[in-house]
Amino acid sequence: MANRLLVAAAAALLLLLATAQPWLRFVLTIALSTGLAVLGIMMLLRAGQVSFGHALYVAAGAYTVAFLRPHSGEALLLVLAGAIVATGIGLLVGLFVTRYRDIFFGMLNLAFSMVAWSLLEKLYALTRGTDGIRVARPEVAGLALEGPAYEWALLLLALALALTSGGLVARYLRTPAGEALGAVKTRETRLEFAGISARRVLLQAYLASAALAGVGGAIAALATLHVTPLLAYWTHSGELVFVAILGGTGHVLGPFLGAVVFELVRVYAAASFPDAWQMILGLVLLGIILAATRGLVGLVDDLLARFGRRA
Amino acid sequence: MSEALLSARGLVLAFGGVRAADGVDLEVGEGEILAIIGPNGAGKTTFINMVTGYLRPQAGSIRFAGREIAGLPPRRIVKLGIARSFQIPQLFTEHTVLANVALCLAARSGFWAPWTPLGGAGREARARAILEGLDLAHLAHTRADQLDEGARKLVDIAMALALEPRLLLMDEPTSGVAAAEKHAIMDRLLRALRARGVTAVFVEHDMEVVARHADRVAVWSQGRILAEGPPAKVLADPVVRREVIGVEGVAVPC
Repeated sequence: MANRLLVAAAAALLLLLATAQPWLRFVLTIALSTGLAVLGIMMLLRAGQVSFGHALYVAAGAYTVAFLRPHSGEALLLVLAGAIVATGIGLLVGLFVTRYRDIFFGMLNLAFSMVAWSLLEKLYALTRGTDGIRVARPEVAGLALEGPAYEWALLLLALALALTSGGLVARYLRTPAGEALGAVKTRETRLEFAGISARRVLLQAYLASAALAGVGGAIAALATLHVTPLLAYWTHSGELVFVAILGGTGHVLGPFLGAVVFELVRVYAAASFPDAWQMILGLVLLGIILAATRGLVGLVDDLLARFGRRA
Repeated sequence: MSEALLSARGLVLAFGGVRAADGVDLEVGEGEILAIIGPNGAGKTTFINMVTGYLRPQAGSIRFAGREIAGLPPRRIVKLGIARSFQIPQLFTEHTVLANVALCLAARSGFWAPWTPLGGAGREARARAILEGLDLAHLAHTRADQLDEGARKLVDIAMALALEPRLLLMDEPTSGVAAAEKHAIMDRLLRALRARGVTAVFVEHDMEVVARHADRVAVWSQGRILAEGPPAKVLADPVVRREVIGVEGVAVPC
């Protein structure tokens, strides 16, 4: 129950921020889309596996929106299509990479994402290369919206997807297959001796992570209305891992908390110290790793525990 | 006479020049508790590894309940009803003891159900029952990496029991356990096994434990079965005492 209250409070705070500072609506929508992708990264981290290539699935979702936009004017359908395409690619890549662990898993994911990035750059006739593709603003749930109304609709859509996905993932992590992710991390051979395919455990989480990243990418494309190959670039993959560590893997709120803090630090630091914002992000992460090993969500947990003891 | 539950014939497995198994024949009857003793490096663990599919014998056959299983992968073999515990306990160290056992129960059925929590489908109660049978109930919510060696050994066995095997293979179940507790632990363990009608094979170095708890003992030396039979007879055999136990003069308690 305490968890639900916490999630509700976080969602309310987010909407309050978006109301108080209208220009934050866009930033927060992007943050939620990042949070969705990071939620998938978190599932893989539960199994001790770090993917340095999940920007591939973000790009898959985003480019699906860009390619299908001329054929469909409905944002909800475009998001669904983004999720399906990302999951499909996730299945092809996942069948291969889930044979590997640790550094090999991380680097193979990186390799696939770099292949995707170079294809998006080189196949100019199809992708318009580094120029990227402009996306015409679609309808949302049948409503043709403009300006602030579109921004609100997209933010609410992103929030609804974040809450649903967070709830589903939290539930999944408590099932045997979800709990077994931790077993893949600590004692994979024992799983095999219990009759369970560790690879299948990992593949399921991998497919979910690809789908989530695809949804995140689709939302990002609908918010920026422009997609470029940079979405698939390795620095973007690294950013997702960065946010996962920042937010913490102990609770499904972590990825979203991490993503919101990440985007806000980025926006404010970039405005105040245009030349040094990456350094500030670096210092923030250093602080988290040294002072709060369970990430921001662990920090919140500790604070609540202290508060609860005093009350 | 009906066929033995487990029947190994002519097993051969060599690592380089070392023949861990050099034509081993060994049978285990339904409901029997068989101890395997022998010097370090003789191939006792190799036998467990071959039966559970971790190693493939280079020659010979292993039949379980009338079916050839040599060379099948571990995942298939456990489904046929053979579980094992490990000399060095293999626990899911970031999970609680209860979750460790529940994961093994789930492995038996309902593992992939996408909605039921790990403790659901009666698994929590069944996991508790297994832990109670081994006097581990008080540790249910302890994380597996917080346990002492003796408890880790027992949790490792509890996990194997949760797989509801017909045959349980245990690799030195009492090593690392305080000497004073060994017999109490073996009593508890064998009671739990007999209550479930589980056949068991255990590798053991402590001759007192073997003498007191095994129905039958097989002596594994240099890749061969040197002797087998009732503990009282085998442990009194002068050849066994010289080759395996390493002493001739000391009385072996029976």
